[in-house]
Amino acid sequence: MANRLEGKVALVTGGTSGIGAGAVRRLATEGARVAFTGSNTEAAEKLMRETGASFHPHRVESADTWPALMDTLKARYGRLDIAFANAGIEAGDGSVETITFENWNRLLSVNLTGVMLTCQHAVRMMRVNPGGSTGSIILNSSMSAYRPMGNFVAYSTAKGALIALAKSVAMHCANQGMKIRCNSIHPGVVETDMIRTVIERSPDPAAARAQFEAMAPLKRMARVEEIAALVAFLASDEAAFISGSEYGIDGASTAGMMGV
Amino acid sequence: MKNLSGRVALVSGALRGIGLATAERYAAEGASVVLTDLTEPGDSSVKQVLDHLGPAASYQKLDVANESDWQAAEKQTRSRHGRLDILVNNAGIDCTGAVDTLELSAWRKIMSINVDGVFLGTKTFTRLLGETGRTTRFGSSVINISSIMGLVGYAETSAYNTGKGAVRLFTKSVAIEFATKRIPIRVNSIHPGFVRTPLLEIGMRRWVEKGLAAKAQDLIDQIAAATPNGRLAEPAEIAGAAYFLASDDSSYCTGSELVIDGGWTAH
Repeated sequence: MANRLEGKVALVTGGTSGIGAGAVRRLATEGARVAFTGSNTEAAEKLMRETGASFHPHRVESADTWPALMDTLKARYGRLDIAFANAGIEAGDGSVETITFENWNRLLSVNLTGVMLTCQHAVRMMRVNPGGSTGSIILNSSMSAYRPMGNFVAYSTAKGALIALAKSVAMHCANQGMKIRCNSIHPGVVETDMIRTVIERSPDPAAARAQFEAMAPLKRMARVEEIAALVAFLASDEAAFISGSEYGIDGASTAGMMGV
Repeated sequence: MKNLSGRVALVSGALRGIGLATAERYAAEGASVVLTDLTEPGDSSVKQVLDHLGPAASYQKLDVANESDWQAAEKQTRSRHGRLDILVNNAGIDCTGAVDTLELSAWRKIMSINVDGVFLGTKTFTRLLGETGRTTRFGSSVINISSIMGLVGYAETSAYNTGKGAVRLFTKSVAIEFATKRIPIRVNSIHPGFVRTPLLEIGMRRWVEKGLAAKAQDLIDQIAAATPNGRLAEPAEIAGAAYFLASDDSSYCTGSELVIDGGWTAH
C-alpha cells in the first residue's frame, strides 16, 4: 500500500470492531499513526498488537472526558490530521410508537451528540496543528440518512442529522480560513462481525444472509475493507477540494428503485 | 506493482483539462489509456500529449455525439487491447444564456455532446466493459463527469444545468440496471465545482466579451472568493477522484455521486 498518509495522525472513534477496526487497519497500512477509542479492551489489545495503533478507552457521548483524551493525544502525537467519527449504536431503538424516551436520548447522545463532540474536539486540535490549520474529518452516517427505517427511528434520525452536521462543520472551518475538511459517508449494509452474528444466530442463516444481500442492487453486502478504502481516500490529500459533501457507498441501494 | 497495471481506460475529451489530468493519472498508475478528442490525430497537440504520456497512451479521434465514431473506437480498442476496464465520459461543452433568447440549436448542440455523448459511450462499450469485468475481481467502471451544475440551478445556465442533471440520473439508472442484471460494471458520477480548466477560461472570456467584467481573472477571483474553500480546484484533484472510482478501492461504489466542490453546494 502506498504511504499516502505518511506523517499524519488519525483518531478513530469506536475503533475496536466493524468499520472502525477496518479503518484503523487501513489508515495504519497507509502510513498514518492511529489512535482509536471504544470500550472492548480485549478486541482493542488484539488490534493494537496487529497495527501498532494506540487504544484509549473512551465513550464519545461523555462530554467531560473529551479534554483529557485530547490532552493524551496531544502529548503522544503532537497533532491531529484525521478524525473518523465512527462510533454508533443501534440497541434499544424502535419505532416512533414504541421507543422509550430514555432510549431515544441514549441513541441520540451517542449517534449525534457524540459525533458533534468528536468534531468539536478534532477541530480545536487541528486548528493548532504545527504548520497550519489542516485536517480531514469524516462522519460515518448511513444510507439510513436517505432511507430511514421505520423500526429504527432514533438511529435514522441521527444519521440524517449528520449530513447537516458535516456541512455546518465544513462551512465553519472554511469561513475561518482553515484547511479543515468535513464530509459524511453513507454506507449501505456492511458485513461486519455484528451482522455475521445476527445471521449465524437466526433460525435460517442462509435465508437471513440472502435477505441482507438482496438489500443492494449489487446483491451483496459491503466488506469492511471497502468502506475503509473510502475513508482513506477522504482522509488523504487527494481529497483536498472535497468538503461539505455526502459520499454514498451502497452498491446502488439509494440510486433509485430496483423494480419488480 | 502499480494499482492500474494491466487495465485499459478510455477517456473522452482527453486533450485538455479534467480529461487530460485523468489520462495522466491513469497512465501514472500503470494503465493503458486511449485518449479521444475532436482534434485530428496528426495535429501537433496530439503528438505532444502522447509523447508526454509514453507508450501506454494512444489517441483516437472521436466526436462523442456521433455513434459511428464510438463504434469505430470500440472496434479499435477491442483489436488493440482486447479489453476495456475504465470508461470516462468526460467530453463536454458549456452554454450560457437567458432562457427566453437561447437558440434551440444551441440547446440541441449541448444535449448532443453532454448527454448523447455519455449515453452513446456507455451504450457502445457496455459489452466490452462487461466482458472485461467478468475477468477481474471487482468488475469494470464507468465514470461520468457531471458537475455541481447537475445538482443545483444557476441563472442563465438552463441548458448546461439540464444536461448535467441528466448525466447524474443516467448514471444512477444504468448503475441499477447493470447491478440487477449482474453485469459487472460500476457506474458513478463526479460533480466538480469550478475547476481551473480551458473550458472555464473560455466561458470567462465570453462573460468579459458581454461586458460583465473587465477581465477573465476578475471573474476567476470572484469565483474563488465565493467558494468556501477560497480557491478553484485543479484538474488533478478531479483526476484523484476519477482514479479512486477506477480502482478496486471503490468496489462497492455504484450509482454514487462524488461531489468535489470545496464546499460550494454545502451552503
